[in-house]
Amino acid sequence: MKKKIIMALTVIVCFCLQSTLFRTLSFSGIGPNLLIVATAVFGFMNGKKTGTVVGFFSGLLVDIFFGEVLGFYALIYMYIGFANGAFHKIFYPEDIKLPLILISVSDSVYGLITYFLMFLLRSRFQFTFYFMHVILPEIVYTIVITIFLYPIILIINRHFMEEEKRSAKKFV
Amino acid sequence: MSPIVKRKREKFHLPSKYLLLILTFLCVVMMGITFTTDYLGGTLSVVTGYIIVPFQDGITSIGTWISNRSEELGQLKEVLAKNKDLQQRVDDLTVQMTELQQEKYELNNLRELYQLDEQYAQYEKVGARIIGKDSGNWFHSFIIDKGSDDGIVEDMNVIAGGGLVGRVSNVGPNWAKVTSIIDDNSNVSGMILATSDNLIVSGDLELMNSGVIKFEQLVDSANQVKEGDKIVTSKISDKYLPGILIGYISDMQIDSNNLTKSGQLTTAVDFEHLEEVLVIKQLKQSVAE
Repeated sequence: MKKKIIMALTVIVCFCLQSTLFRTLSFSGIGPNLLIVATAVFGFMNGKKTGTVVGFFSGLLVDIFFGEVLGFYALIYMYIGFANGAFHKIFYPEDIKLPLILISVSDSVYGLITYFLMFLLRSRFQFTFYFMHVILPEIVYTIVITIFLYPIILIINRHFMEEEKRSAKKFV
Repeated sequence: MSPIVKRKREKFHLPSKYLLLILTFLCVVMMGITFTTDYLGGTLSVVTGYIIVPFQDGITSIGTWISNRSEELGQLKEVLAKNKDLQQRVDDLTVQMTELQQEKYELNNLRELYQLDEQYAQYEKVGARIIGKDSGNWFHSFIIDKGSDDGIVEDMNVIAGGGLVGRVSNVGPNWAKVTSIIDDNSNVSGMILATSDNLIVSGDLELMNSGVIKFEQLVDSANQVKEGDKIVTSKISDKYLPGILIGYISDMQIDSNNLTKSGQLTTAVDFEHLEEVLVIKQLKQSVAE
């Protein structure tokens, strides 16, 4: 229960910050993607299931407020969360390299999918422009934010990870 | 705990693969439903509106206060220099104003003649604050803090500072989403004010960095349209009220078909620093279906 509340709070806080504070702190119109960070982090820290659920609700929130159809972003975010969950086994909290790589890959996948489905299919063919001006800056900004955010996430996660371990023992 | 309870718990353990499958199915169904009807959007937007909007409201007001203070400090120098400039402009403008007053007198006479009493200055408007912008970097829609509780419905026009911002495309009880005209998937039917030639104004992500958007399909057989001309919303648009200022032509070429012209225009609204907007409560009259 505690875990679910923390998950919900993280998603809501990330969404609110992303659509307000980080929009005013954006560089030439490009802001970071905190929801991808939340989705990926919950994915590789707690496994596929958590990643899937967090991704689904993050995407759904974006869909409700900014989407054209409900479920589009939910689908993208959900699969990103699921894929990150697959790296749960090789994840160690002390090592920051894997999270950074995973988050940047996740963000670029998100960017590429959005470009292909929302822009390429409307015959916007200048891929290099969109890559250099939207996708790449977003990744860089997101990574910079992640470096500062990661210790905080780690502390929050450790707090309820311990509870998780205890309940995991019960199953064994 | 008794073993029965434990077994029950294990029964609920759903493998992640199936969870993914179920949620994927759910997403596809939702996409299908929202694509054809707007049934789901309504209920969900009510629920989430009450959770998210207060957060956004709070953060935005704090954020605006901080950014205003920091901007004030940084701009002090600029302001001093500007003051000199402005003094010069005041003099120029005084001259211009006298000219304009004469023209206005003339205009009033003409308006009476044409009975153009539906100028957009007379529409009923409601002010709204922007509390959130699109969380992604691809589109430029934003959320305002007024919704259906304040009488806002879909397709109402949104203006700011005398220029067109966009239209309401999604409404919740205490929030509404505004799709701006610079959005990459937005098209507005426009008209050159001076010559009444119609054209299509469409947003473009590629041009956005240079502060312009593009227009197309301008038929200007008399060759009278020139750079700097005003573009307003046209009379034939089915969503936008006529005569709202969109922007000024900044660049224009003849298309390769030699019939139409296309180019770029500077919007009348400064989309970078938009904080408050006005929603026109008058809807464009439509033919009943």
